[in-house]
Amino acid sequence: MASQPVYLDNNSTTFPAPQAVESILPLLGEFYGNPSAAHSAGQRVRHEIELAREQVAALLGCKPSEVTFNSGATEGNNTAIYAALEVLPERKHIITVRTEHSSVLEVARSLAERGYRVTELTVDRLGHLDLAELKNEISGDTALVSVMWANNETGLIHPIAEVGDIAKQFGALLHVDAVQAAGKLPIDLKAQAAIDYLTISGHKFHGLKGAGALFVREGTGFSPLLRGGHHESGKRAGTENVLGIASMGAAARLARESFEANVTAMRAMRDRLQNGLLSRCDDVILNGDQHERLPNTLNVGIKFIDGEALLMMLDAAGIMVTAGSACMSGSMEPSHVLKAMNVPLSAIHGSLRFCTSRYTTTDEIDRALDTTVGIIKRLREMSPFGREAKAGTPTVAEIERHKAYFARA
Amino acid sequence: MIGYSEKVREHFINPRNVGELAGATVVGEVGTMASGQALRLYLKINGDEVIEDARFQVFGSPSAIASSSALTEMLKGKHIDEAARITADDISNYLGGLPPEKMHSCVMSMEALEVAYARFRGIELDSELDEDDVLNICRCYSVPEHKIERAIRDNNLTTIEEITHFTQAGGGCTSCHTDLRLILQRVRATMAEPAKTAEAPKQTPLPATAGADVPTLRKMQLIQEVLDREVRPGLAMDGGDMELVDVRGNEVLVKLHGHCNSCSSSSATMKFFVEDKLREMVDPALHVVDITEHSADLHAPPMR
Repeated sequence: MASQPVYLDNNSTTFPAPQAVESILPLLGEFYGNPSAAHSAGQRVRHEIELAREQVAALLGCKPSEVTFNSGATEGNNTAIYAALEVLPERKHIITVRTEHSSVLEVARSLAERGYRVTELTVDRLGHLDLAELKNEISGDTALVSVMWANNETGLIHPIAEVGDIAKQFGALLHVDAVQAAGKLPIDLKAQAAIDYLTISGHKFHGLKGAGALFVREGTGFSPLLRGGHHESGKRAGTENVLGIASMGAAARLARESFEANVTAMRAMRDRLQNGLLSRCDDVILNGDQHERLPNTLNVGIKFIDGEALLMMLDAAGIMVTAGSACMSGSMEPSHVLKAMNVPLSAIHGSLRFCTSRYTTTDEIDRALDTTVGIIKRLREMSPFGREAKAGTPTVAEIERHKAYFARA
Repeated sequence: MIGYSEKVREHFINPRNVGELAGATVVGEVGTMASGQALRLYLKINGDEVIEDARFQVFGSPSAIASSSALTEMLKGKHIDEAARITADDISNYLGGLPPEKMHSCVMSMEALEVAYARFRGIELDSELDEDDVLNICRCYSVPEHKIERAIRDNNLTTIEEITHFTQAGGGCTSCHTDLRLILQRVRATMAEPAKTAEAPKQTPLPATAGADVPTLRKMQLIQEVLDREVRPGLAMDGGDMELVDVRGNEVLVKLHGHCNSCSSSSATMKFFVEDKLREMVDPALHVVDITEHSADLHAPPMR
C-alpha cells in the first residue's frame, strides 16, 4: 500500500499522543531513581508520578489521593471486585451485566464457583440493561454492582447515575469500568457520588500500554490485590510503571483540556463514516443504540457478508478495524456482547466495529469508506446470496428469513 | 492476517474462477446463511467426462474463499471420477495447510464437489434432503447429525473441539456439546482403533473399474447402516461386535470383536449371515472378508 494505513480500532488501543511520548523521555535517561527511595534521584521520579496523579484526578473530577496507579484495566477490575467482597464480607451476592468486559465477567464467574451468587443482568436488542431487573435482583445480600460506563463493542452508554441510586438504597458498593468512557464522556466523580470504584486504562486515551488507574472513593473501604510494599499508599504493591504512568498523566491532561474539541472531532468522523456507509450500501444496519452511544464508535451489521473476510480484505488494503466474531483468534467465538443483544449468529458474522479518535482525519475516513464500500460490493458479487444472485435459487427462502429478521430490527 | 499461510492469503485476496458459469453442466450447492458459509460450485464437463471449466460463488470467511478458489484450480482438466476423489485434506494441503479451526471450509468445498458429482451421476445424497426436514444437532450453525457422523468417520475425529473445527457444530452457544459427545461415542464405537483408521484412506477412492453406479463412499454408508441395524445389535447381546474396516470394490472388510473374536467357528457362520444380509439389502455382488486376527491371547477388548 502506497498510502498510510488507516487505523480505526481506537477502542482496542490508541496512537500514543506526542505529548505522552515526550513526557517519558527524561524518564528513559536522567530520571531513573526508584520513586520509593528517599534520596533526590528517587524523589525526582516520585514528583513525575504525583504530577500524573493530579492530571488523572483532574480528568476524573476526584482528589489525587483517590487515584491508585496499576497495570491497567484488567488489574483494576479484578482489584475492585475482590476489594468489595472484602469490605462487605457478610454479603455473598454480585450483580453485573452480560455485556461486561471479560475482566469483570470471568472474575464474577470464578466467584460463582466459590460460593458467591452472581446475577448477570440481561440486555435488550440495543444493549440497554433493565433497571427494573436490577431492582428485582438486588437485595441486602448484594455486596457489589459492577456495570461498565460504556460498552467497548457497541459504544452503548449505561445509566450509571440510576444504577448507583439503586445500589445505594441497598447499601451495595458500585464499581464502574470506565475504560471506554475516559476522554470520550464527561466524568465528574464529585457529582457521581454513588460510584465507589472506577477503572481506567491509559492506552485507551493516547497513553502508553501497561498503566491504568483505579479510583477508590475516600471513605470507601478497600483491600489491595497485590501486597508487599507501601507503594501507592499501600493500595497497590510493586515498583510503579513510571513510563506508563507519566504518559497517562500527559494523555489525561490532553483529554481534559481539549475534551470538547476531541469529542466533536471523533463524533464528526464517526458520523461521516456512518452516513457514508448507510447511504452508499444497502443492507447495512447499526448494532446498538444510535443515541446513547460513545461519540467515536460505529458497530454495523453488513448483511450477506462474512465479517472476517471483510476485515481481512480491509486489512490487506490498509484499513484496520475489528469484526463482531473472534474467529481469527482461533476461538470461533461470536461476540458475547452481540449474542447477549440477541443479534442472530448470521448477523454477528457480518458485524464490524469502526472507532475513530481525535487524530482521525477526513481524508482517512473517505479512504476507509471508499475501500469498505468497494470490498462489500466485491464480496457480495462473489456470494451466492449476493444481491446480484438470480431469483429462484435454492437460497431465496433463506434470504427472506434473513430479511424478515432485519425488518424486525 | 494471522493464522493463514501465504497461499491462503493469496487465494483469498485474488481468488481464481469467481462467478457464475454460463452453460455449466452441473452445479453443486452447500451451506446456509445461518451457518455462516455457503458455496455454489459450477462445473462444465465435456463428452469425455473431463472438467473443462470450474467456477464458484461463495459466502464465508477468508478460508472459505481460499478453499473454493483452490478447489476450482484443482478440478480443471481432471476426469470427473478422478476429481471426485479430492478430499478436504487435499484442498488444505494444496493451500499449504489451513488452521485446524478452519478445516470446515475445506469440508464445505469437498461437499459441494460431492453434490455436483452426485448430480452428474444421478445419485441421491443424504445431504440433499430438504434442509427443513433435517433435525439440526447444532442449531447455531444448522449442522445435521449425518454431517457430524461423517466428519468423525472421514477424519478420525476424537474430540468435540475437532468436530467444531471440521463442521462448525458446537461453536456457538455450546448447548449441543452433550449431544456431540454422545454422537462421538456412538460413532467411534463403530470405528477401528484410532491408529488403524488413521492409515486407512480418509475417503475411500472410487474403484478403478468405475462400472459401479454407487460411489464406494455411499456404499460404505449403506453397508454400515445394515450392520448397525441388522447385525450388531444381535452380536452385542452375546458380548460381541463387528466393525466395518473398509470396502474395496465388492469386498467388505470386517473385524470381529469381543466374544465373536475368540470363536473362529462362529465367525464362519457369521460371515455367511452378514453376506446374505448385505447382498439382499445393498448389492448382490458383495462378499465379506473377515480380517480379524483370531488369536488365543486376546488383547483387544470389545469396542464399547
